Amino acid sequence: MYTPSFLEQLYRTLYTIRVFETRCIQLYRQGLIVGYFHPYLGEEAIASGACAALRDDDYIISTHRGHGHCIARGGVGANDYSPLRKMVAEVLGREDGYCHGRGGSMHIADVTRGNIGANGIVGGGIPIGTGAALGIRIRGSDQVVAVFFSDGAANNGVFPESLNMAAIWDLPVVFVLENNQYAVASPIEEMTRVPDLYERGLAYGVPSSAVDGNDVLAVYQKMQEAVATCRQGKGPVLIEAKTYRHGGHHVNDPGLYMPKDRLEHYKARDPVGIGRKYLLEQGQQTEEALRSIEQEVDRQMEEAIAFATDSPHPSAEEFLEEVQRS
Amino acid sequence: MSAMATPVSAPPARVIMYREALNEALREEMIRDARVFLIGGGIAQRGGSYKVTVGLLDQFGPKRVIDAPISESSFTGMGVGAAITGMRPVVEILFVDFTSLIMDQIVNQAAKYRFMSGGKGRVPLVLRTQGGSGGSLAAQHSQSLEAWFYHVPGLKLVMPSTPYDAKGLLKTAIRDDDPVIFIEHKLLYMEKGPVPEQEYTIDFGVGAIRRPGKDVTIVAWSGMVGRALAAAAKLAEQGIDAEVIDPRTLVPLDKEMILASVRKTERLVIVQEAVRRGGVASDIASLVQQEAFDYLDAPIAIVAGKNTPIPFNAHLERAAVPQEGDIIAAAKRCLYLS
Repeated sequence: MYTPSFLEQLYRTLYTIRVFETRCIQLYRQGLIVGYFHPYLGEEAIASGACAALRDDDYIISTHRGHGHCIARGGVGANDYSPLRKMVAEVLGREDGYCHGRGGSMHIADVTRGNIGANGIVGGGIPIGTGAALGIRIRGSDQVVAVFFSDGAANNGVFPESLNMAAIWDLPVVFVLENNQYAVASPIEEMTRVPDLYERGLAYGVPSSAVDGNDVLAVYQKMQEAVATCRQGKGPVLIEAKTYRHGGHHVNDPGLYMPKDRLEHYKARDPVGIGRKYLLEQGQQTEEALRSIEQEVDRQMEEAIAFATDSPHPSAEEFLEEVQRS
Repeated sequence: MSAMATPVSAPPARVIMYREALNEALREEMIRDARVFLIGGGIAQRGGSYKVTVGLLDQFGPKRVIDAPISESSFTGMGVGAAITGMRPVVEILFVDFTSLIMDQIVNQAAKYRFMSGGKGRVPLVLRTQGGSGGSLAAQHSQSLEAWFYHVPGLKLVMPSTPYDAKGLLKTAIRDDDPVIFIEHKLLYMEKGPVPEQEYTIDFGVGAIRRPGKDVTIVAWSGMVGRALAAAAKLAEQGIDAEVIDPRTLVPLDKEMILASVRKTERLVIVQEAVRRGGVASDIASLVQQEAFDYLDAPIAIVAGKNTPIPFNAHLERAAVPQEGDIIAAAKRCLYLS
């Protein structure tokens, strides 16, 4: 089955996303983070599982709820937490952030590491990721693109358009539809007659199926198959990962429209808890070993916060000079 | 490159059509750089509505000359994604009117990606499209919408008026590392002009003096350049020596060429086919009044399209956009001759 080190890395990613979001919400409440902040809490297994199935030279494209993808693709590992530091610095708007404070939470990108980036427009990234796959097909390489998007974005016209073009040109793209069941505050049942959104892919001749988006190994397996299909030139593939947010649309939305029993149901199937259990049982790790990973991530997060708060605000003079030059 | 359209020392050039010049630019750049590819509606088999891409499918194959479904927003976005990840797409939108369908991908994505990514990402995308009136194509196929793109930081904006410029500027656009909006004019595709056999490119931000003169400056671009030159010829018959300047690229704008001319003539007429309200002409006027106010001997005149959708009927269509007579009258007003 899976090696302990692989399961450990999956868990490290899950836990890092959880800690990042939890601590950043606290920083937000303290006034250190401003603007829009869309937590990925409850959906950690999708980014963690899907990105684990990719190669270093593959691409992902993310969404407004993108911290999880950026952390998972950034490759937070036992020896390198620099992506975490750059993430925190960026959501604080500092010079040492991924985008030197120009982008913020919704625009974190690092194309040099295969992350085309988050996006403030719901659905905006779908054609862009599909276009990266078009480039791959023209170059004739066997890279793959993972396009993360949501049930909300699935109702934007660019989704069927891009799905169709990916299909007619056999593009190596995995559409990872994160169905968290809310388009901002609108429940999926009210936004479509067909809440099993993967069925839309079938209508376009695209292999499509659903997966438990809270189960990191289920996501990983499904993604691995999809990536293999794409590498053989038989893409695209659509995966609908069913999940649920642990809160409202953004940090200031209490999510009062989310039924309590349903929220409790999904919280009981917590993706971080499930990943932890995999590492304990399949990975045969001790509770002590897990706590040591968690303590390490906690410590790294505090260091990242210290790094970010020490980082200067970007210089307005330099910014205005850039504007003058452009 | 020389600011003049044709270098004086150049050997006699071939005379070819605007659309043929564009076709040569695409062909040459596709040969030179394997990353360049074309995507749009009806550009491969059909060779484009205005025959700009004729023959390119045969030469480069369907992987690089791609007929897309009528999904403008998404195939434009695909161009953006391909550009970010190392390709050099040339996206064709059949009419500038249809760019209303792609604005998220151009305005929120392509224009901002370099900035938002802290300079790490680049979008070397060319959006080719065409605009303008004059074909009785009515309100949804005849607009001049350059102001939409002029307004958005992060985009370059090119509007060639001659075959020579069309070729040289398109080659520069394809080699540029940032998104370029390249707007052709539907009435110019069959226009002929000298285009040398040898390789050349034209720098952005360098205007062309189409006709030197000393009495009044007329700034015009795209389809209006020919009309301004015709007006200048009539003015010359009346003893008025007009200088006609074609900025060729609106972003970046050759502000210095316009200012130098205004300092000489002390009078300025700006001609745009687009509607008057919120247009590029108003912005050029404000730049000139700010930087050359003391030189002006008359209010700056703007000759622009009327604030109306373009009518179908040809008589009404002509009434909606600047004609030669309107330019002549404006120039004379600046000289207090009417």
